[in-house]
Amino acid sequence: MNSIHDMGGMHGFGRVEAEPNEPPFHERWEGRAGGIVETMSFPPGFPGDRFRYLRETLRPDLYLTQSYYEQWLYVAEQILLEAGMISAQELRDGRPAAGEAKRNDAMRRDVVWDYLHDRTHTGRKLEQGPCFAIDQRIRARNMQPEGHTRLPRYARGKIGTVTRHHGGHVLPDAHAHWQGPAPQHLYTVRFTARELWGEAANARDTIHLDLWESYLEPA
Amino acid sequence: MNGVHDMGGMHGHGPVAPEKGEPVFHARWEARMLGIRRGATFPSEVNIDRWRHIRELIPPHLYLSRSYYDHWYMSYVAALLQSGWATAEEIKSGHAGSGTAKRNDAMRPDQAWESQKTRGVFTRAVETPPLFAMGQRVRARNINPSGHTRLPRYVRGRVGIVGRHHGGHVLPDSNAHGKGEAPEHLYTVAFSMQELWGAEASPHDEICADLWESYLEPA
Amino acid sequence: MSQHSHGRDDSAKIADHHHIHSELPSDPALRVKALESLLAEKGLVDPATIDAWVEIYESKIGPRHGAKVVAKAWVDPAYKQRLLTDATKAIGELDMLGGQGQHMVALENTPGVHNLVVCTLCSCYPLPVLGLPPAWYKSAPYRSRAVLDPRGVLKEFGLELPEHVKIRVWDSTAEVRYLVLPERPAGTEKLTEEQLAALVTRDAMIGVAKVTA
Repeated sequence: MNSIHDMGGMHGFGRVEAEPNEPPFHERWEGRAGGIVETMSFPPGFPGDRFRYLRETLRPDLYLTQSYYEQWLYVAEQILLEAGMISAQELRDGRPAAGEAKRNDAMRRDVVWDYLHDRTHTGRKLEQGPCFAIDQRIRARNMQPEGHTRLPRYARGKIGTVTRHHGGHVLPDAHAHWQGPAPQHLYTVRFTARELWGEAANARDTIHLDLWESYLEPA
Repeated sequence: MNGVHDMGGMHGHGPVAPEKGEPVFHARWEARMLGIRRGATFPSEVNIDRWRHIRELIPPHLYLSRSYYDHWYMSYVAALLQSGWATAEEIKSGHAGSGTAKRNDAMRPDQAWESQKTRGVFTRAVETPPLFAMGQRVRARNINPSGHTRLPRYVRGRVGIVGRHHGGHVLPDSNAHGKGEAPEHLYTVAFSMQELWGAEASPHDEICADLWESYLEPA
Repeated sequence: MSQHSHGRDDSAKIADHHHIHSELPSDPALRVKALESLLAEKGLVDPATIDAWVEIYESKIGPRHGAKVVAKAWVDPAYKQRLLTDATKAIGELDMLGGQGQHMVALENTPGVHNLVVCTLCSCYPLPVLGLPPAWYKSAPYRSRAVLDPRGVLKEFGLELPEHVKIRVWDSTAEVRYLVLPERPAGTEKLTEEQLAALVTRDAMIGVAKVTA
């Protein structure tokens, strides 16, 4: 999706403001928000990539002004709303609707540590071999999917070199839209700064992106 | 500048939703702001190109959330501050600082129509003949200036056909930054939709953009 | 050093001045009132001149001008030829040039080609022949989608073009301003030039609508 989140190469956002000794959470509610999102019951089979996609659908000016954990809360609400696990009215009221049965299968405290350390891996075995070889020159395709993708606009149509092959990985473009993991070969591709940004860019700098096979074509 | 203003091809802004029977101005303040912009004495170094760049530098979240004539307000104030024609205190209070000399050369009401008729001629003589010919294939250069340009990101690196030559025009990239008008030959270049957006785009629709000679190279 | 690498420090200074917006009230009416007072106090603006400019755009300039150009082109083939060859001169014949409309190009719609005008980078629009642009033309949805999905945008306006019609989108990146010359609707052979002009809408001259009889 060509939304405001796809920020690579943009001007106008000012300096990087690094806060010394930044705490993990600036306010208590941020920690609560983080905890909610990590441990709440998701719809069965909820694809992790959809979390990122939903965040990308945030109204552009809100994406730029709402803080990170505010945005996590927004996404959590969207996930529960679209699955029918809460209603808009309940969200407004801050209470379950009258007569709602209470579930008793929420994640328990004692399993949290193991859960965080035993995440589903996105690696998958693939039957077909990789299309591209190390050191091969490829072109990132020019495409404008309205749904989720991890091919940034600034790389589309640009030529780079494959430097690493990571085997099969879940494809976000499919997974985020409930189309299953649809794994593809994943590669690291190296682009020169000049290829991406033009002759005024530094002659030696490189930018490396991890790109799925369907994002690429031979150059 | 690769600012949020460079919107061609973005998703996520929602439907166009035109308003039926839309009035010329939605509120009186909008009309006043237009009249100020057109009728007030303004720093001469803030030519139209610099004005557009000042607008592009509005903080991105304000650019996306505030309405059109509010953009004019914000740009106007930043221009006055930058040119030293007003202080922050004066802007906040709405009153001139003590000891300010009052000018008496503001545009008169009877001068407005003539100003409307004669302002905004941007054609200029260029000494060198045009580099590109009608029907010639050209590539829009991949430039990423942090200053003002009128080469949108979605066109950069793409190949099109020269369709029209407009003679010499003031070059915004130079004029916006006080480097002089530096006029160049201006061309209309036609790009196929597929060239710009990829194979899934319409096979026969086109986009035409008006591009200065330094934005182009032979293809 | 090419002119394309200028501007970084200059832009940074301007960006700094934009910080004031977080210190001002959010209501634009208050801010514009304060600005007008300040400028008047300094002798930089005459409020009556503001009134004059508002009157120009509320009453004196508007799409009726462009409609006259279109109607004349429909009834007078020689004028139409002049309009398509050199729109600046032809529109000048009707004394309709002015600020943001000194460099004109007319785009003829035909059964096979439909033209659509946008300014993706800001809001450029042919003011002297169409008046001030509507809010939707200046909006993020139109600016972003007109070049990416023109058919989708036209559908929102209720206009669906057959697949074989070629759409040409014109991004007003320079000071050239575009006026669409819509197709004359069938069944209007008996209408006078004035009656024809009354049919021509602003939306048709931007390219988001056709003219209907």
